[in-house]
Amino acid sequence: MTAGSIAQTSPQRDLRLNLVAAFIVLACLSQLHTLPVAAAALAAVGLAAAWRRPGPQLWRRLLHVEGFLLLLFATLPFTLPGQPLFSLGPLTASVEGVERAALIATKVSACVLVLSALLGAVEPARLGPALRGLHVPEAIVRLFVLTARYLGLIRDEARRLQEAMRMRSFRPGTNRHSWRSYGHLVGMLLVRALERAQRVEEAMRCRGYEGRFPHLPQPSPTRRDWAGLVLALVFGLAVTIADRL
Amino acid sequence: MAHIPDGLLSAPVLVGGGLLAAAGVALGLHRLDERMIPRTALLAAAFFAGSLVAVPVGPSSVHLLLAGLMGVMLGTATFLAVLVALLLQALLFGFGGLTTLGVNTVNIALPGVLCGLALGPLIRATARPSVRLAAGALAGGLAVLGTGGLVALSLWLSSSAYTPAARVVIATYLPLALVEAFITASIIAFLARVQPGALRPAAP
Repeated sequence: MTAGSIAQTSPQRDLRLNLVAAFIVLACLSQLHTLPVAAAALAAVGLAAAWRRPGPQLWRRLLHVEGFLLLLFATLPFTLPGQPLFSLGPLTASVEGVERAALIATKVSACVLVLSALLGAVEPARLGPALRGLHVPEAIVRLFVLTARYLGLIRDEARRLQEAMRMRSFRPGTNRHSWRSYGHLVGMLLVRALERAQRVEEAMRCRGYEGRFPHLPQPSPTRRDWAGLVLALVFGLAVTIADRL
Repeated sequence: MAHIPDGLLSAPVLVGGGLLAAAGVALGLHRLDERMIPRTALLAAAFFAGSLVAVPVGPSSVHLLLAGLMGVMLGTATFLAVLVALLLQALLFGFGGLTTLGVNTVNIALPGVLCGLALGPLIRATARPSVRLAAGALAGGLAVLGTGGLVALSLWLSSSAYTPAARVVIATYLPLALVEAFITASIIAFLARVQPGALRPAAP
């Protein structure tokens, strides 16, 4: 990292406190039980996210839903007993079930917004020092930094291998030939990763690697960073107390 | 399908998963030789890249988990590789979750490590390709079924209202287990021919 890029990144927010704040807010949001509080929290988080003028990908990210969330939304209204709301053939949806599904959707959306807004646009290079600052074991930090560094390269390699397969007229389908071909693709990816690991390790040792990366002391958090953490704590506490009342 | 997002699980499940994951990660750290760190990191990146490849199944497509293969190639360091991959996914891509990091690490890594411990020695020692193929398929398929079972268990332990959905979740893992069994067997046969040393675990 050059001096210029350090000067450029130093006025940014302190990533250690950001990570702690995100964790606290997520932990509080994920344990809410009442729909009105969860909806208010989602509105607050949404306003806070919109305040920072995010790109369209943040809002698009909300539309992505994991498969089993869809399953929950489909089953909860009909399986939770309670006051009937409407019926679909032999199935009857209950008010409680629909409320429960809405609660889950609200909480998951709020959590996605918090995670993407607080940590979405972080460069991987800054995460290593931040994790070390949070006393994550040194071996995990090194693994994390190396994996983040080489993931892009290996993804490119996977893309090139897949393009080469397409050039040889590979048409994927549900059959054993396709599965064997995908096996060879992943196998080749692993062989190349092992060769690259060998080269990386030799290069590291040539430069005097002694089992740890040298690292600069991190600047201490500014008053603004602490204020952000306190704000997150207050928000977390407030929604939790409102939820339990 | 394997990573549970924030906002779904109850506090006891989150804390329990976190403690189990911490134990697994501590075991992996204890067994991992310092010099194996570049190898483990690059393999973790390759497994991550491999799990992003979409494999068509019928009208839909699935993403591989590759946990059984990780168990064979990384041993107990699978806990570390999965933790790092999930952390990267949560922090850089915003997928998965931060509070569910422990639960998700256990759900994916634990079946893989167990499959690696149970079937890895046979895969490395056998001279017969058919036995190696069968053991590889078993490792790949069983690890996926284990993950499906643990995901359903996490949902079921969190709230009794999730029980019907948890049952369907297990059913959706069956086709993935079949595909993963075939592909893992093919990867292991490929590695045994091209680079048998790759099947030695990074951390026993």
